[in-house]
Amino acid sequence: MKAVVTVVGKDKSGIIAKVTAYLAEAGVNVEDISQTVLQDYFAMIMLVDTGKASVTDLRKDAERLGKEAGVDISIQHEDIFTAMHRI
Amino acid sequence: MINFNKNEILETVRMIENENLDVRTITMALSLFDCIGRTADETAELVYKKIVSRAGKLVSVGGDIAAQYGVPIVNKRVSVTPVSLICAKTGGYGKIAAALDKAAAEIGIDFIGGYSALVHKGMTKYEREFIDSIPEAIAATEKVCSSVNVGSTRSGINMDAVKLMGERIKDLSLLTAQSGGMGCAKLVVFCNAVEDNPFMAGAFTGVGEGDAVINVGVSGPGVVSCALKKLGKSADLLAVAEEIKRTAFKITRVGQLVAVEAAKRLEAEFGIVDLSLAPTPKVGDSVAQILEEMGLESVGAAGTTACLAILNDAVKKGGVMASSSVGGLSGAFIPVSEDAGMIRAVRNGALTLEKLEAMTCVCSVGLDMIAVPGDTPASVLSAVIADECAIGMINNKTTAVRIIPAPGKKVGDEVEFGGLLGTAPVMPVNKYSAADFINRGGRVPAPVHSLKN
Repeated sequence: MKAVVTVVGKDKSGIIAKVTAYLAEAGVNVEDISQTVLQDYFAMIMLVDTGKASVTDLRKDAERLGKEAGVDISIQHEDIFTAMHRI
Repeated sequence: MINFNKNEILETVRMIENENLDVRTITMALSLFDCIGRTADETAELVYKKIVSRAGKLVSVGGDIAAQYGVPIVNKRVSVTPVSLICAKTGGYGKIAAALDKAAAEIGIDFIGGYSALVHKGMTKYEREFIDSIPEAIAATEKVCSSVNVGSTRSGINMDAVKLMGERIKDLSLLTAQSGGMGCAKLVVFCNAVEDNPFMAGAFTGVGEGDAVINVGVSGPGVVSCALKKLGKSADLLAVAEEIKRTAFKITRVGQLVAVEAAKRLEAEFGIVDLSLAPTPKVGDSVAQILEEMGLESVGAAGTTACLAILNDAVKKGGVMASSSVGGLSGAFIPVSEDAGMIRAVRNGALTLEKLEAMTCVCSVGLDMIAVPGDTPASVLSAVIADECAIGMINNKTTAVRIIPAPGKKVGDEVEFGGLLGTAPVMPVNKYSAADFINRGGRVPAPVHSLKN
């Protein structure tokens, strides 16, 4: 499925590397990526194809990874955003 | 390519992660007309088999959808054809209640509704017997919910049924005295009950419904109050209403997505999305908080009814375009024990039964999850029901009473129900009698505006 991964938190080095390395290992393909830094806050948004990976497992790992890196990582199905923001 | 801008994405993530956006319930409405047997035992067996076979996957499908979309689905429930109808010939209502409870436990759902009767104009002998069976049936089961429709705009109010319900509520509270009268949290008395309500305790499958229908109740009071907080205190009320509409639209779109997907996976018909804002006792998931965000020092203050009217109307306007089929109760719920803000207001003396009654004129559904002293006479409970029914009948809307005369408790005490049912502070009730009025019995004639044809 297509999903949107967001990473939000205090800016520090190595966040993109950590998250993308994990996704690659889990067999998740990153199709698009954008990032911004607002004051000290960092927001990275990725469109991914989760392939054969289980979303439940991805979410669990994302939570653990987020805690380690001190950021909030969420993985949401693309359809949720389409439903909410597109008529 | 990402088709959404950064703010849209972060807004959605925030709603789910921080503001308690969830789908409150997926309710599968099942018709039981094809389960009517020659004996109550045969009916009970057919009922059990139908629920287990038809709704057996409800909990796992609900879990799968929640995992796929990352949106919590709080409750999975089943509603059935009013039991009074399918046992009219055989009686043995308690056996059906036991079968419903066993089926609900087997498939792992939270509640099963439909231990119900529709007596808004008249009451047959078997319906009277059915109503008399409610206290024992609810006390003896875990997950069975009961409702009785005692009035409607088209037919008036059946005051004999109103009298009976005051008495049965009292019986049920005594039978479940050990848990603070909690049985009464599973019994609701309606005027203008709807046939496709996904919310408990009042859900049942109306006779005009299909065989298996998915009705979904959305939620999200926390999302609305956060949106209003961001809007700030200086925005005027048109801006407030617009913000609520926008937010309700987004919440409802998630409900619609989940409802259609659930219906497809369960091979059932998609019924309706119910636009009700339903609070939970969790901090930040409160309807009272929305009203206070609109500018009230506390819910219950003068202005509460006006704020609630704005909220209720804006939620409908925003939600109605977001779903292909809206129904159920669709309005803000104001259950006292299930809303941290309401509980606080009652404790502080800011919110009274009389103000709650006024609030029910402009929102769904009625006097909900209210604990009153255990020594409140049955005739007073009946009179409270009559007042609510009158509001529903005259205003062409659904009203309901779910009231708990808490055994041995007095004003100022509290009853702890736990879980989503929360904590109910015992509220004072007007002490003057209405017994002579209730004892008259008979029927309140249908109001003049029922004559529409």
